[in-house]
Amino acid sequence: MADRLIQLENIHKDYGGKTVLNNINLYVRDKEFVTLLGPSGCGKTTTLRIIGGFESPSAGVVYFDGKDITSLPAHKRQVNTVFQRYALFPHLNIFDNIAFGPRIAKQPEKQIRERVDEMLRMVNLTGYEKASPLQLSGGEQQRVAIARALINHPRVLLLDEPLSALDLKLRKEMQRELKAIQQRVGITFVFVTHDQEEALTMSDTVVVMNKGSIQQIGTPTDIYNEPKNAFVADFIGESNILDGVMLEDKLVRFSGHTFTCVDSGFDRKEPVDVVVRPEDVDIVSEEKGMLRGAVTSVIFMGVHYEIIVDVGGFKWMIQTTDYVAEGANIGLYIEPDAIHIMKKSEYSGLYGDYSLDVDPDALDSISSEEEAESEQAK
Amino acid sequence: MKERSKGRATPLDRLLLAPYSVWAVIFILVPLAFVAYYAFTDNNFRFTADNIVKFFTASSEVEGREVRTYLLIFWRSLKLAVISTVVCLLLGYPMAFIIARARPRVQKTLITLVMIPMWMNFLIRTYAWMTILQDTGILNGLLGAVGLGRMHIIGTESAVVIGMVYDYIPYMIMPIYSVMAKMDVRLIEAAHDLGCNNMNTLRRVIFPLSIPGVLSGINMVLIPSISTFYISQKLGNGKFFLIGDAIEGQYVANNLHFAAAIAFIMMIVLLAAMALLRKLADRSVEGGV
Amino acid sequence: MKRASRIYTALIMLFLFAPIVILLIFSFNETKSLSVFSGFSLKWYRELLRDRDTLGAVRNTLVLAVSASLISTVMGTAAAVGMHKLRSKWYRAALDTVTNIPMINPDIITGISLMLMFVFVGRFFGLATSLSFWTMLLAHITFCLPYVILQVLPKLRQMDPALPEAARDLGCTPLQAFFKAELPEIMPGIVTGLIMAFTLSLDDFVISYFTQGNGFQTLPIRIYSMTKKTVTPKMYALATIIFFVILTLLLISNLTDQDDGEKHKAKKN
Repeated sequence: MADRLIQLENIHKDYGGKTVLNNINLYVRDKEFVTLLGPSGCGKTTTLRIIGGFESPSAGVVYFDGKDITSLPAHKRQVNTVFQRYALFPHLNIFDNIAFGPRIAKQPEKQIRERVDEMLRMVNLTGYEKASPLQLSGGEQQRVAIARALINHPRVLLLDEPLSALDLKLRKEMQRELKAIQQRVGITFVFVTHDQEEALTMSDTVVVMNKGSIQQIGTPTDIYNEPKNAFVADFIGESNILDGVMLEDKLVRFSGHTFTCVDSGFDRKEPVDVVVRPEDVDIVSEEKGMLRGAVTSVIFMGVHYEIIVDVGGFKWMIQTTDYVAEGANIGLYIEPDAIHIMKKSEYSGLYGDYSLDVDPDALDSISSEEEAESEQAK
Repeated sequence: MKERSKGRATPLDRLLLAPYSVWAVIFILVPLAFVAYYAFTDNNFRFTADNIVKFFTASSEVEGREVRTYLLIFWRSLKLAVISTVVCLLLGYPMAFIIARARPRVQKTLITLVMIPMWMNFLIRTYAWMTILQDTGILNGLLGAVGLGRMHIIGTESAVVIGMVYDYIPYMIMPIYSVMAKMDVRLIEAAHDLGCNNMNTLRRVIFPLSIPGVLSGINMVLIPSISTFYISQKLGNGKFFLIGDAIEGQYVANNLHFAAAIAFIMMIVLLAAMALLRKLADRSVEGGV
Repeated sequence: MKRASRIYTALIMLFLFAPIVILLIFSFNETKSLSVFSGFSLKWYRELLRDRDTLGAVRNTLVLAVSASLISTVMGTAAAVGMHKLRSKWYRAALDTVTNIPMINPDIITGISLMLMFVFVGRFFGLATSLSFWTMLLAHITFCLPYVILQVLPKLRQMDPALPEAARDLGCTPLQAFFKAELPEIMPGIVTGLIMAFTLSLDDFVISYFTQGNGFQTLPIRIYSMTKKTVTPKMYALATIIFFVILTLLLISNLTDQDDGEKHKAKKN
């Protein structure tokens, strides 16, 4: 309990009858970099806003350093936020923006000046004191927002998709810089993003969310190697997800072949989801393969090729550095530790077949939009 | 990008613009020139500065003292207009703030309610106040009924200010509200995040950001109240001649040249006032608040 | 809303609506008194309906408002389209400035200035009086035009400039492109401009007062002359009717707005 700086207990949130958060239980350790990851509308931002004090949960308790802060207003929390699109005050210059918090706290002006200088140095913006936020580029505004929050010595910094407005190159740069800042100031960061790569590279702990519920909590390696269900497996990286049956411990059958694996603890004959990452499949000659299929497409991706192989109607995605011709018949070889077994879940059968190569979420939203429009037409 | 997107004005576009260009010259610019022309001529359209001089020098006796008639009127108009504007701001700002913070549905209802009186003709609105404020009117009836005694309000400067505030307060609430409603909620959340309580948020974030709305509200209240000529006649019992009454009086008496001279001077003063307001607005936008 | 806010809102609303409610009540008064309610009667409404001058003024007001708003909407929309494409900077700046004048000038100056011009031109042609329905119409078009332009211009700026280009690409002539691609996009602005022009014209007293003539009276001018003498509750009856007409129109427009809002929501979900 002692190292749990923030703890959310059975948090629920409803908006006008619609549940946006469903029984969230989560703790954040001191000095940890935690990322809330999920598609838009999964409840990650709402969770962050509940920690920040901008929303109150419909049910549940928020603890900070062991104390119940559920009804404590935002300005009394030892937490600061870097807002999406930064929310810098347009009527104040950069210096006054950063000095805002200390001035509210009535710190002596001389000390404020020193602290602001220090902050500007930290985010590499010395010399920008008199500039207006509107004159700054997205990356610079971002740095000001971080400085404005950190100058208040928060125990926790909340970051709401802070990098989503930046272009790819700048985003990579800021990822490294944010991580460096976090290690330098030694405080807790709670970071919200929908970008799985961002989550994996920056975090100590990743919290994967979907439809208002937590799907999995773990280190980036855990999340990637041991996804708990088909949603997580699909959302984090590429995955082939197949229907399988656990024959006994360390023996699973799928695609008409029996494989040895490393998982155990399932019932005999229990139906399961089987995950195989595209980079873990070896291409061998047809006769040496555990599975056999025909290559239906080959795409050059730079470092590797992404090929789609039709194995008895199921389309596998395989990443390989060796070129294979389209139409070739090949064999697939899978090592036991490349096979990951998951319990069946509500997401089973939705993901992991590359037949269509279309994200089922995207399909979902298209069809619901069509429905809404045809409804309107009536 | 901008150049390309605008495209070229085709002959068709020029044709579309032509009627309005001609109209604007004939019905906006030329009439203003006529104000100056009439102001500086006599009845036979010979050049003279007499009308202007008369404005500054004409005098009469009030309560046994010699006063400059029109300068006094002008001063009184300015004073009552400024008082009315300040009262509108003090009453209207909190109202705009409350509306902008309400739930969307409530916001819409309240804004409609604020606008409804605006849609009633201002003559009727003003007249209604006359019946309320009369010595034998409803207010005095109510005051008498609760035993507070009667007040003489009608015919005083207060009555004129009440009338102006009533007629023009929606013009103060609306622009302030619309600036506040458009304000990014995250800026307010950021202020709370950085340790502001509600009062501090209002003082340090919401008020500075609402200054453009305040200035446009001041503009929209000050100008009609400085130039009104009906409110003072009805609520001021004709005693409180304002500059608008002076213009109207000269028009009715068919002294068009002197009416034009008063209008001309008023125009110059208002232009100067507006230039000043704009300078203030520019400075506040530059962030020197 | 917190309690203090509610009380404050209630007080402001009381201030805004007390006079209107009093008008409403006393329009049904039996006697002429404007402070003592002695009994319910529709007498003043009956009298109002017999008042030919007032009824004539209502008709005049509507004729004037319809013609002024239609003409200013057509001319103003055309002007906005032209202004939007204008590349000459000084022409643009000049037009912007001139367009602003009637909006920032006090009505009394707009009225006086137009009146002086009309009188001068009339005298030039040797007419005894030049003020009439026509001078009022010219004046009303003039003060409505800037409001129409101000409603349409932002819609043109918001419009994707590629729209008319796409229409041309698909085979429209410039004129067709305007009617088929541009006009539907800016229609909301045009309609708002039309409604604004109509209500401004309907409500105007000051400018009408200076440019009226030849016995052509609008309703505000009629009200002005009624309130010059001692007023009978007949005017209150008139105000009550106007109030309910406005209220109905506002409610209708509000309800249709809300429908739109709900539709948008449905689409989002």
